[in-house]
Amino acid sequence: MTTLEVKNLAASINGKQILKDVSFTMHGGEIHALMGPNGAGKSTLGYVLIGHPDYVVTNGSIKLNGVELVGKLPEERAKAGLFLAYQTPVAVQGVKLSAFLRMAYNQLHPDSKMKIQDFYDELKRNLNKVGLDETFMSRSVNEGFSGGERKRVEILQMMMLKPKFVILDEIDSGLDIDALKMVAEEIKKYFSDQVGFLIITHYQRILKNIEPGFVHILVDGKVVMEGGNDISLRIEEDGYDWIRGA
Amino acid sequence: MVVEYSREEELERLVHELKTVKTSDWEFHDKDNSVYSTGKGLNKKVVEEISEIKKEPDWMRRLRLKALEIFESKPVPTWGPDLSGIDWENTSYYNRPDERKTNNWDEVPDQIKDTFTKLGIPEMEQKYLAGSVAQYDSEGVYHNLKKVWEDKGVVFMDLDSAVQKYPDLVKDYYCRAVPASDNKFAALNGAVWSGGSFLYVPKGVQIDMPLQTYFRMNGESTGQFEHTIVVADEGSKVHYIEGCTAPRYEKNSLHSAIVEIYVKKNAKARYTSVQNWSKSVYNMPTKRSWVDENANMEWVGGSLGSKVTMLYPSSYLRGPRATASNLNISLAGPGTVKDTGAKAIHLAPYTQSKIVAKSISIEDGKAIYRGLLRINKGAIDSKSRVQCDALLINDESASLTFPHDEIYDPTATFSHEASVGRIGTEELTYLRSRGLTEDEASSMIVLGFLDDVMREIPMEFAVEMNRLIKLEMNKFGAVG
Repeated sequence: MTTLEVKNLAASINGKQILKDVSFTMHGGEIHALMGPNGAGKSTLGYVLIGHPDYVVTNGSIKLNGVELVGKLPEERAKAGLFLAYQTPVAVQGVKLSAFLRMAYNQLHPDSKMKIQDFYDELKRNLNKVGLDETFMSRSVNEGFSGGERKRVEILQMMMLKPKFVILDEIDSGLDIDALKMVAEEIKKYFSDQVGFLIITHYQRILKNIEPGFVHILVDGKVVMEGGNDISLRIEEDGYDWIRGA
Repeated sequence: MVVEYSREEELERLVHELKTVKTSDWEFHDKDNSVYSTGKGLNKKVVEEISEIKKEPDWMRRLRLKALEIFESKPVPTWGPDLSGIDWENTSYYNRPDERKTNNWDEVPDQIKDTFTKLGIPEMEQKYLAGSVAQYDSEGVYHNLKKVWEDKGVVFMDLDSAVQKYPDLVKDYYCRAVPASDNKFAALNGAVWSGGSFLYVPKGVQIDMPLQTYFRMNGESTGQFEHTIVVADEGSKVHYIEGCTAPRYEKNSLHSAIVEIYVKKNAKARYTSVQNWSKSVYNMPTKRSWVDENANMEWVGGSLGSKVTMLYPSSYLRGPRATASNLNISLAGPGTVKDTGAKAIHLAPYTQSKIVAKSISIEDGKAIYRGLLRINKGAIDSKSRVQCDALLINDESASLTFPHDEIYDPTATFSHEASVGRIGTEELTYLRSRGLTEDEASSMIVLGFLDDVMREIPMEFAVEMNRLIKLEMNKFGAVG
């Protein structure tokens, strides 16, 4: 079984300590939620996990199936099976979505390359599933896309690139209710006992669509509470103050 | 859609191929192969010696000496990049590799032949070209033209041979479009020129395959001063290509070429050059075309490498309805200054010009667009469009644009468009988080930026440009 083990993780950006002590363990076949108030360091955790070069790990470890990821390049972590659906996906001028995804797929799955025609056929089907038309294939990655379109494209990338551990950072922001339903449907379809999900969210809204088995609460860079989905339900009722007070 | 797939597959194959290619494939250098050199420095004696060695007619010798006077009287231009690194005293202005010139690769000295073989030249000739010339340091060592074109009266050889065999024809065109008085580097070329190509396409002859000259500069602290003349006579059509490389040395080398292109009435000429100098070369060519009535001139240029490049191919639209286009791609890697652009001079009615310049700056590489558009009074209903796009890779790099317009006719229409895009850590990290390496991510961004230009140039040369750009990107290693 695939396992992601984060232990005593601490990280800073520009000398500012954002993460102070984060530990949790995830297995394939599990859905985890990471919740916390604004500024707790939730998005930072996503960036640190994928190896964003602006962040410096000051303590702790990130192990995927026992292999240390700290010190590894972003592309090496992607090859190990990590995938972050960005909260604010980046636009890349001039790089065609189809060509980019094909190159990425071939990098990630060198042993099961697809014929170009088959790959594009699958891309078209998946575009359709997330509610986008074929013209997106030949558009530059996220360039001129609305916030909602960018989020759909993040899920599309997950579907095409087939990662083992998926981090969804505020995936519901920018999506209207119907779009959210559609995206949640695809996320659930992708979920299997081979895949682990970490859903980063401030609100409980997304968790109504995808129910997590485990909830971790991050406050001021530290995991301060862990448990089942009942925590997320209480947060919806009472906010975060009761945790801060605890 | 089908066409697009095959293009992408082609690029994909290329990416694969590239992983096995290293920059050392062209940055290698042979031992000094020159059997004769005029030594370091430049004076009247050196110029006379070059003329003597070449057994030139007296008119050429006099032109050289006149050019030397002009060279000595002109100061080094200071309006552009810093040229103080050119070591005029310690440059060898003439280096001859071998006595012989041949039209048979087997007769080219082994080491020189190996160099060209490594660069893929003979193979390319066989596959894509109607003819080719290969120059090594100062002299052409090989020239060949397929018989079918020779029979139609096409002349293609190094300019030195043409001076001997077709002096009258050469005299009609030599230094007409680019006189020695034009600028200091043109004057220098006039004094010490050696090699370069002479291509004459007779009236009505339309050559469907390109002709190519490949320039290889091997020696350290040397200068390469080729002079190329292309004449497309009335109603003819020709595509001429130049490729250039040089090994990397500690000491600086100088490349100062002249290219003159004459496009006569109703003719079409295209000049493609892919220059890939190493980081020790000052590249200062002067390139100009005269475009007559209803004729069309196309400049397509890819400029990679070098320490400093100053290059502004010019089109003089001399007859009614003459048209010119200029597509230029400049890549300024770390430590490189690319001061490039184009000039279009409209001298006749109904003339049109189009200039598309794309530049990429990496790290402290500096890409500058410098252009001139002039529409003379009486050049009625003339049109021009200039588009400059810059891509900055890295959060610190910069690009500059200096367009200069002189519009003297009220009926003229012209437009300028400019864009600047910046690629930084965020964009690269995003692509890398999907599995692309840093090199692949930056190559992909660069090629995406160039895509519209790549579609306008012939496939095999687009592929060559792609290949060189990827190599260049890989060389930089940690970009961003």
